[in-house]
Amino acid sequence: MFHKIRNFLVALMNIFHGSPLYYAWIFFLLAVMGIGLYAYSVQWNQGFIVTSIRDEVSWGFYIANFTFLVGVAAAAVLLVVPAYIYHFGPIKEIVFLGEIMAITAICMCIMFVTADLGRPERILHMAPLIGTPNFPSSLLVWDVVVLNGYLFINAIIFLYVLYKIYEGKSYAPIMPLIILSIPWAVSIHTVTAFLYNGLPARPFWNAGILAPRFLASAFCSGPAIIILVFQIVGKFTRINIDIMAIRKVAELIAYTMALNIFLLGCEVFKEFYSNSVHLAPLKYMYFGLHGHHGLVPLMWTSLALNLTALVIFVVPATRRNIALLNIGCVLIIVGVYIEKGFGLVIPGFTPSTLGEIYEYWPSGIELGVSVGIWATGALIYTLLLKFTLPVYSGETHIEEPEENRERVVTA
Amino acid sequence: MKNKPDNKKQMNRRGFMKAATAGMAGLATQGCVNNINWDRFFQSHFKEMDKEELKSTLAKLEKEYSAKYGREFVVKATAPMEGTLFGYGLDLSRCIGCRRCVYACVGENNQSRDPQIHWISVMRTKMGDKWADLENSTRYYDPALVPEEGYFYMPIGCQMCEQSACVKVCPTGATWKEPDGIVVVDYDWCIGCRYCMAACPYGARHFNLAEPDIPKDEINTNTHYLGNRPRPKGVVEKCTFCIQRTREGKYPACAEICPVGARKFGNLLDPESEMRYLLEHKRVFRLKEDLNTQPKFYYFF
Repeated sequence: MFHKIRNFLVALMNIFHGSPLYYAWIFFLLAVMGIGLYAYSVQWNQGFIVTSIRDEVSWGFYIANFTFLVGVAAAAVLLVVPAYIYHFGPIKEIVFLGEIMAITAICMCIMFVTADLGRPERILHMAPLIGTPNFPSSLLVWDVVVLNGYLFINAIIFLYVLYKIYEGKSYAPIMPLIILSIPWAVSIHTVTAFLYNGLPARPFWNAGILAPRFLASAFCSGPAIIILVFQIVGKFTRINIDIMAIRKVAELIAYTMALNIFLLGCEVFKEFYSNSVHLAPLKYMYFGLHGHHGLVPLMWTSLALNLTALVIFVVPATRRNIALLNIGCVLIIVGVYIEKGFGLVIPGFTPSTLGEIYEYWPSGIELGVSVGIWATGALIYTLLLKFTLPVYSGETHIEEPEENRERVVTA
Repeated sequence: MKNKPDNKKQMNRRGFMKAATAGMAGLATQGCVNNINWDRFFQSHFKEMDKEELKSTLAKLEKEYSAKYGREFVVKATAPMEGTLFGYGLDLSRCIGCRRCVYACVGENNQSRDPQIHWISVMRTKMGDKWADLENSTRYYDPALVPEEGYFYMPIGCQMCEQSACVKVCPTGATWKEPDGIVVVDYDWCIGCRYCMAACPYGARHFNLAEPDIPKDEINTNTHYLGNRPRPKGVVEKCTFCIQRTREGKYPACAEICPVGARKFGNLLDPESEMRYLLEHKRVFRLKEDLNTQPKFYYFF
């Protein structure tokens, strides 16, 4: 057993070997992370005065990114279901790409939330036993629980399945945990939606449709990222991506994007038709309010991107065209990123509870920290992939003779 | 987002490497970890402190503040009085919008001057304007003389809700409602997540965006742990009904300074109090009643 585990961990050393392109990519990411770290040190030393966050708009770019990434993490479930429940071959072979994306996205979520704290060194005040978590009252504590739980579940499944594949044995014993990960994925995004949803002070968020909208948009953007990652992985590694896997995911996006736009329509109808004072945030987003138009161009861009993507994905002919499909994916990622980020967080605060309009736009420091976190995420994903690939492609497995191992894993 | 493509264009690999090195060096030289006050780091939640720990904590704080501001500090932890539930009344017909309350509050409660924090916002609204959404109101009015013809004024601070949205959402229990109805914050327990600010329907909570700047000769050295003691950066603060005064039987600073007697304060449980008289004889209302936050701050006219 010990011997087997040791051999398994030798695959970990694989992350230190690679082509010049691999090294260049890693150093590029490390450099961007350095920028992020520098930006964060400025924020740490001077406080949030270096961000654009103010009392009127008290959450900004960090929480926007966090919300988007919770969706990306949850979307891994769209691979898990066809892979493990329906045993759809083409996806089953590459379901690990989704699992490591979930792990990466959750790590990034945790980083974004931590970057948003005024006193991050006190984060353990939320922890049980040593701290005083306000559970079950505070949805933020719920979010910490479900996010960390999701990270834990995915990490266990990922490592276990990987190890069993390396051993050449069945991973059936972990099926219950895999089944559990499906509702858990839904829960992380639902709880995150409830975090906003439960605040009657913010009518824009205080709508029952929020959690369904969260899920719908997450199930568009997450799979869109996955489709692109599939192709990148297929191009740069020996892993074979079956076109059927991509087609299946693209089909799913067609449904979820239609649902996403339908739900947005419901929201728009309700607010504009009833025309109450609660219309203000939506009006601010799409038409501007009292001469403030900060979000208007962004929101219309987002809507146009999402609608164009919807057409591309709904029409089978365009969906099957790989170039158009990729364009559609990019449109969705950008469209949902705007909708879920700026379009969700900022209008919740605009106008403020006392009717003030503060037009938020992230500062250089916020952008720097955020870019740094994205680079960290890319690094985590790359390293996990590098560790995983030889096992999945069968290069590293149990019968490997000792002397061959070193040579093979460096491929 | 706009800047992203530009960044990429401007920075080649060498540029990134430089910035990265600068980042690491910056971290090291600016000494992030040294910024943590380790003594405070291991301090317990206010409600979990026993008598001994509370005593030593207060003494420690007094020493720290005295050293920082060069004056003797008192940091109290006066307990609530039995049978007391504080309430506030504000006579809209009398308020002239002079904002003396705002600045009396800043002085009494050691709010940061830069970045500026005001616990009270006085909203000016044109007579006849729709003001349910407050969008037509402003707190940035600046006339030579108040009151201005055709306007009315409404000061808004913490409404001391019985069902406080802020308390409900705080992930660490760093903010809570005391037995005398005052919603307080333990500034050494708050993690600065600002969830309470998103939850508060009255814009009553304020974030210390930077290390508070208060002139040494203007600092109020008579302080309460849960009230006006100097705050660190990165935490949320709010009105405490001047807990350092009112728990000793005094009026809050804003009520004391109001030149027209628009501000009333008292014990809601005392049938003889001015507050009870108001509630029984005036036409009172509370802000955003539909949210069921049940404020103990009553407006009347």
